[in-house]
Amino acid sequence: MRHVLTRSLDRSATVFLLVVAAVGILIPLSNLLLPDGSLFQVPTYLVSLFGKYVCYAILALSIDLIWGYCGILSLGHGAFFALGGYAMGMYLMRQIGSRGVYGNSVLPDFMVFLNYPKLPWYWHGFDMFWFAALMVLLVPGLLAFCFGWLAFRSRVTGVYLSIITQAMTYALLLAFFRNDFGFGGNNGLTDFKDILGFNVQAESTRAALFALSCLALLVGFLLCRAVVTSKLGKVLIAIRDAESRTRFLGYRVESYKLFVFTLSACMAGVAGALYVPQVGIINPGEFAPGNSIEAVIWVAVGGRGTLIGAALGAVVVNYAKTVFTSGPLAPYWLFMLGALFILVTLLLPKGIVGTFHAWWEPWKAQRLSANSESAAREDGVSEPKMAE
Amino acid sequence: MLTNVLRNFRALPFAILLIVATALPVLAGPFEDAVGKFANDEFSDTEEAVGAIATSGNPLAYPIISALQDGRLMADPETKKVFVTQTDGKIIDAATGTPVASIPDSAAAVRLNNRLRRAVEAALGGLTLLSPDPAKRIQAAQSVFKTHDEALLPVVDGALQKETNKGAKLAFSEARAAILLFKADATDAEKLEAIATIKARGDQEALALLTGLSGDQSPAIARAAANATSAIQSNLALWSMVQNAWYGLSLGSVLLLAAIGLAITFGVMGVINMAHGEMVMIGAYVTFVVQEVIRTSYPGWFDYSLLMAVPLAFIVAGAIGILIERTIIRFLYGRPLETLLATWGLSLVLQQAVRTMFGPTNREVGSPSWMSGAFELGQITITYNRLWILCFTMAVFAILLAMLRYTSLGLEMRAVTQNRRMAASMGIATSRVDALTFGLGSGIAGIAGVALSQIDNVSPNLGQSYIIDSFMVVVFGGVGNLWGTLVGAFTLGIANKFLEPVAGAVLGKIAILVLIILFIQKRPRGLFALKGRAVEA
Repeated sequence: MRHVLTRSLDRSATVFLLVVAAVGILIPLSNLLLPDGSLFQVPTYLVSLFGKYVCYAILALSIDLIWGYCGILSLGHGAFFALGGYAMGMYLMRQIGSRGVYGNSVLPDFMVFLNYPKLPWYWHGFDMFWFAALMVLLVPGLLAFCFGWLAFRSRVTGVYLSIITQAMTYALLLAFFRNDFGFGGNNGLTDFKDILGFNVQAESTRAALFALSCLALLVGFLLCRAVVTSKLGKVLIAIRDAESRTRFLGYRVESYKLFVFTLSACMAGVAGALYVPQVGIINPGEFAPGNSIEAVIWVAVGGRGTLIGAALGAVVVNYAKTVFTSGPLAPYWLFMLGALFILVTLLLPKGIVGTFHAWWEPWKAQRLSANSESAAREDGVSEPKMAE
Repeated sequence: MLTNVLRNFRALPFAILLIVATALPVLAGPFEDAVGKFANDEFSDTEEAVGAIATSGNPLAYPIISALQDGRLMADPETKKVFVTQTDGKIIDAATGTPVASIPDSAAAVRLNNRLRRAVEAALGGLTLLSPDPAKRIQAAQSVFKTHDEALLPVVDGALQKETNKGAKLAFSEARAAILLFKADATDAEKLEAIATIKARGDQEALALLTGLSGDQSPAIARAAANATSAIQSNLALWSMVQNAWYGLSLGSVLLLAAIGLAITFGVMGVINMAHGEMVMIGAYVTFVVQEVIRTSYPGWFDYSLLMAVPLAFIVAGAIGILIERTIIRFLYGRPLETLLATWGLSLVLQQAVRTMFGPTNREVGSPSWMSGAFELGQITITYNRLWILCFTMAVFAILLAMLRYTSLGLEMRAVTQNRRMAASMGIATSRVDALTFGLGSGIAGIAGVALSQIDNVSPNLGQSYIIDSFMVVVFGGVGNLWGTLVGAFTLGIANKFLEPVAGAVLGKIAILVLIILFIQKRPRGLFALKGRAVEA
């Protein structure tokens, strides 16, 4: 264990972990302990907003894991996010109990409204948190497993894979919009009351959810680091850079891809599950293909294949979105977002973190070599040259 | 037998009167006499008058009888003059049609009893049956077919005998059959003949008529009706297949039109252009602008607006395409996934730009006269705009195919598609080919926009609704072969329309998406995939 930790944590990863942990502790504390109106007190609405960003960061992390390290560009990751969200939403709906508008202790409001005679079979069990939590992982994971098994086995790659993942989320979008599908149609699931017996609207619950989201981000980040720094991660990178060659070397490319795709889908599901109680609603709009592509651009902005960049990109882009869409600049947000897509791919292909590394590394190497040169002069021994 | 004679007897005076009325339209004597009878204030005289006027063929017949029905017919017993208060309040002399200033005080409304009311209704129905316009006659006969009102049988019989228009004659005989089928005292032979006529008509209404037949019929008729019902049902099922096939072809042509430009750019350059839908949208807005200019400046040319919009849309969308290729896509070759993201961003920008310029709401694009309307083919209705779009699509496809085959640009494009490096080694300027290909693909998307503006809402979101479908077509059909796109588009279109009645529109679409995802497993590079080394490039 110690071995895995030391291997997967370089200096920037440690800094990232510390920052996330600090944010995850300090923001809820300042929200709860400091008096309202104090300069350092974070208002509750901001805690929820930041919580949303953290969930997006987990989603971005999951996309970076497959896109940045395995070259799989999924344009349907929003579907896994939304499925996790729906699983959590179903639990929250069942927790409403008889406090709904129609006062039905078993059927959620929309089912009473749509004349459902009884609870559909796939809603059973969602009144238990452990079951819902299991489903948060299992449903996106299973879908990703089946989808990936079919796709990777027949070597669907590149843009073809991107297009069919988009078709997948589009099909789900259409399905969830239907009233008779049993998930509330276009209104989705909302009006939540409790989570594990705590009021979802309460300040303390919001703060706790925020802290939990940060924790999930930490765990997710560690998991991704562990994967990409392991031998498995090396194979993933080999697949990204030369898939056929890796296959000829004897690796079962499809198994590696399937594993990482499923893992990534589970992470996206967790992100969605944490997102729903903080936002208070889940509707089919989350399946829209545009959302999934937007999530990909977060990763591109932050820097693909850096993990830290993905999380950073999600927060930066979404913060910009919040600023732009709420002010007088709202009509220009789509111009901004569109330009971001174009400019990042054209001018900043490595993203913020990747570009930073590209500047930082040569400088560091120069300093190191300057150090070692001076050391060598003192010792009077020249270092042997590395074999080419 | 007796009823038959009676029927003929009753029809006789109508027939004679009809012949008289049509042969001697200038002699208004009997008509004026008949009108005068209203003033006698006797129900029997009124009935005679109604019968005479209804069959007179005089243009005043309809206004008089409808006025009688509404109580707007006033008669003066002293002067024997009759007046009609028209619906717009003006008063005319019923006998001559000349305007009158006011009705004399002694005049009173002509009274009706229930018997008369029925006669008036029948006469009114009969009057449209005798309209000089064949289209109106057919319409009236169709409504008689639906209501099968027994009282109208003599009029229908009379009209049938004198009818010369083929369509109207058919309609009258069908109307007659419908009446006879429901007539209590019709003979079995008549009913059987009627069933045969209705079976020959064979549409939804004929089916409704036959299923509406009461149960107390003689066995022979019940059997004949049952046979006719099942025959019509299987006939209708066949036609609904034809209808689905036609809808499928129509949808397929739309898909083909939207996807064909995408197929070219994807095939030649390996570039997924997410902004392709926006090129379609731009083409639709070019049509809108062209129509606006024509409306304000040259209203007479409106019918040619689409013909003008086609080249303009091609040029505008093509120019934007070349601009995009030169400024963005050129720098992203060999990185298809990044191209996908950049063009997605571009699509957001283009959408928002159009939204800022033209507003977020739907824009009105009119249809020229030669594209509106529809015609019937058997039991299905074919609208001209869908038909024209199908023809137009095939024309575009043929031109494109010819261009690829016979022009030097086409040759170069095919060479680059098959092996880019080899083509470059042979002296083909691949970057020029790329730019022109992208321009061509975008231009065709613009043309598609002109056609789609006729059947869809012209809004900034127009392109979005086609982009996923277009991808499906390209992915399904395979890359580098336009025939693949053709087959893919029509297969998806027809499959979609055949699934729709079974599964519903949305589920049908979901089923199609799932089927494509599964299909991709079997043939990862589509129906018509390129073979050989180019595949792994």
